[in-house]
Amino acid sequence: MKKYQLPAKDSIPFRKPLLAISLISALFLSSTSTAQEPVRIAFMDPLSGIFASVGNSGKTILEFAADYFYNSKGGILGGRMIEIVPLDNKQSPNESQLQFRRAISEGIQIIFQGNSSAVANTLNQTISRHNRRNPGQEVLQINYSAVDPILTEENCSFWHFRFDAHANMKLNILTDYIAADLDIKSIYIIGQDYSFGHVVSETTVKLMNEKRPDIEIVGNEFHPIGQVKDFTPYVTKIVSSGADAVITGNFGADMVSLARSIIDSGLDIPIYTFYAAYDGITATLGESGKNRIRLVHNGVTNPFPTEERKQFNRDFKLAHPNNDVTQPRIVNALQMVVKAMEETQSTDPYDIALALEDMRFTTMSGEEIWMRGEDHQIFQSLSISVHTDEGVEFDADNSGYGLVTEYKVPLEDTMVESSCQMRRPQR
Amino acid sequence: MLEVFIFATLNGLVTGFLLFMLASGLTLIFSMMGVLNFAHASFYMLGAYFAYSLSLYFGFWTGLVFAPLIVGMLGAMIERYGLRRVHQSGHVAELVFTFGLAFLIEEATQFFWGRDTKNYQTPDLLDFPLFTLLGQEFSAYRGFMMTISVGIFIGLYYVLTKSRVGIIIQAAITHPQTVANLGHNVPLIFMGVFGVGTALAGLAGVIAGPVLTTFPGMATVLGSIVFVIVVIGGLGSLAGAFIASLLIGLLQSYAIASDVGMPDLLNLLGVSFDRSHPLNDLWTMNLPQIAPILPYLLLVLVLIFRPTGLLGKREE
Repeated sequence: MKKYQLPAKDSIPFRKPLLAISLISALFLSSTSTAQEPVRIAFMDPLSGIFASVGNSGKTILEFAADYFYNSKGGILGGRMIEIVPLDNKQSPNESQLQFRRAISEGIQIIFQGNSSAVANTLNQTISRHNRRNPGQEVLQINYSAVDPILTEENCSFWHFRFDAHANMKLNILTDYIAADLDIKSIYIIGQDYSFGHVVSETTVKLMNEKRPDIEIVGNEFHPIGQVKDFTPYVTKIVSSGADAVITGNFGADMVSLARSIIDSGLDIPIYTFYAAYDGITATLGESGKNRIRLVHNGVTNPFPTEERKQFNRDFKLAHPNNDVTQPRIVNALQMVVKAMEETQSTDPYDIALALEDMRFTTMSGEEIWMRGEDHQIFQSLSISVHTDEGVEFDADNSGYGLVTEYKVPLEDTMVESSCQMRRPQR
Repeated sequence: MLEVFIFATLNGLVTGFLLFMLASGLTLIFSMMGVLNFAHASFYMLGAYFAYSLSLYFGFWTGLVFAPLIVGMLGAMIERYGLRRVHQSGHVAELVFTFGLAFLIEEATQFFWGRDTKNYQTPDLLDFPLFTLLGQEFSAYRGFMMTISVGIFIGLYYVLTKSRVGIIIQAAITHPQTVANLGHNVPLIFMGVFGVGTALAGLAGVIAGPVLTTFPGMATVLGSIVFVIVVIGGLGSLAGAFIASLLIGLLQSYAIASDVGMPDLLNLLGVSFDRSHPLNDLWTMNLPQIAPILPYLLLVLVLIFRPTGLLGKREE
C-alpha cells in the first residue's frame, strides 16, 4: 500500500468523515488483500471485431475453468484466487504490443494467447526482449492455439509454451488420412494469406508429395484474412479445377463463409479443416455439412471418454447455455500452469517454466499429455472428427450437430522432431 | 475456362448489385445532407440481424418485408432526433456522430445477438439450383438477389427521375431554400431520404445475410468498400455509384478467377528472380491474392487522375 498524499487544503487529516472512512477502509482492505492477493492471468485475444466470437469463446472457457477447478474450491497456493484479466488485442500485432504494456504495468506475469500465429510471433519476440531486459519481472506466454511451427522451432523461447499441436503435426495426421482414401485423386488448398495459411499450404504440398505422389494439387490459393465478403468466386475455381477434396486452415467468419459457398455451389466433395466447428459455425453448416466437413484437432469429441469430462461439459452448459467447450486445451493449459505453481509454491514465471518442462499431466479426459522440455511443445493424441448429427452426445451451438471422432492417433505417433535451439536464461 | 468466366461474371454482378443497394442510399444521403454516413454499413448489418430474428418466428419472407421497414424507421428516427440536432453544429459534428453511431450499433448488435455467427438460412422455396452450367450450379437464391437488386435500381431510377417526389428531392439537393420557399417541408424530405437510404441498406443486409453469413463483423467487411464505391462513382452521383458498384464487383470477381500474377509478367519480360530474393513475396504475388485490395488501388488511381470521381460534378 502506497502512502496517501493529501492535497494541501486537506492538510488536516480526516477532516471529512467520509474521507476518513474511505481511508481507513482502504488501509484495512489492503492489509487483508496482501494475504490473499489474487494470481492474475491475462487473456489476450480478439474480444471485439471480426474474430470476436473466437476470442470470447476462449475467454469464457478460461474463466469458467478457473472458477470451476480452483476459485470455487478455495483458490490455489493456500487460498489465492485466480483472476482472469481480459485484454482485447483485436487480433492485431500492434494492438497486442499495447496490451502487453498494459499487462506489464498491471504487474501481470502470465499471458494466455491463442488466436493468430502472427500475434503469437510478435508476442513471443516482445516477451523475449522484455524478459532479457527486465530480470525479475519476466512474463510467461501460454499459447493455447497459435500453431505456426516456427514458435517451437527456429523462434522457440524459454518463455513460450504451446498447448496445441502445431500445424505440421496436424497436417501429418490429416495427410495420412487423406492418403488412405484412394478415391481422392486431386486436392485444392485454400487459406488465409498469413503465416499459418502459408504453413498449411507448403506442408500439405510437401507431405502429399511424399505420401501420395499421384495426388495432384489442382489449386493453391490465398485470400486476405477477414476481407473476403463472398467466397463464391473462389468456389467457382475449385469447381472448375475438378478437385476431389478441399483443405483449408481458415477460421472464424472466413471458415463459415467458405464452407457455405462450397455447399451452396452444389459441389459434393469432402472439406478438411482445422477450425470448422462451434461459435455458430456448426449451426450454420447444419444438415448441408453432414459427413462432409472434417476437422483435425487435439482433445476429445464424441464419444467422450470419461465421466469427469462429461460432467465438466454439463456444468459448463449450465453456466453458459449458449457457449460450448470449444477449446479444452485451454483447460489443460490452466491446469498444468497451476500444477507447476503448486509444485514450486511460486508464481514466478521462471519457476513455473522449469516445472512445466517435461511435465506429464493426466487431463480430465483421462489422457496423459506431455510438455516436451526441449521445445515447449505439448504432445497428446490427435483426432480427425466429422460434422454429423449421429452419435452426438454433446452437440455444438445447441444445433443437434456436433463432432464425432473417426480416426485417432496416440501420442507416440504424433511425435515430430524439433530444430529448436533454446537460449535458456541464467539464474 | 469458359465456365469460370461466365460464373465470374455472374458472381461479379450479384456482388455489384448488392453493393449498389448500399451505395445508392449512402450517395443519396450525401448529396442531400453533405454528410458521409459512416454508420451506413451498420444499418446493413441491422437488416440482416432483424431479418434473422424475424425469420425464426415468421419465416424468411416476413423478415424480407419487415426488417428493412424497421431499419428504415430506425434510420428516420435517428435522423429526426439525432442527426438533425447535430446538424446545427456543422459537418464535422455530423461526421463524428455517424462515426460513433457505427460503433454503438456494432456493440449493441453484439450485446443483443451475441458474437457468434448466426444460423440465418436461405428460404426452402429458393433452395434449388436455378441452372447448372458445365458442372456448376447457380443457386436460385443468387438469382433472387439479383432480381431484387435490379428491381430496386429500376424503381429508384424511376422514382428519382420521373415522379413528383423525385423531382422535389432533386431540387432539395441543390436548392433547399427555394424548395422550402415553395412550401415543401425540406426537413421531412431529408428524414424520408435518410429513412429510405437506411432501409435500402437494411434490405441489402436481409438478402445478403444468408449467403455472406450473418456475424458482427459483417458491417466492417463491407463498410469500407461502400465508401470506395461512392468516391469512385463521384460523391452524390447515383449513376456513378451504379457504375462503380458493378465495376468493383466484376473487378474483384475476375481478379479472383484469373490465375495470372507477377511470375507471368516476369516470364513475359524474360526476367527471373531467385527464391531467396528479398522481394520474393512481391515477385511471386498473383492477382487472386490481392483481389480484395484492388478496389482501394482503383480508389487511389481515381483520386489522382479524376478527383471528382467518374460522374461527380461537385467541384468548383
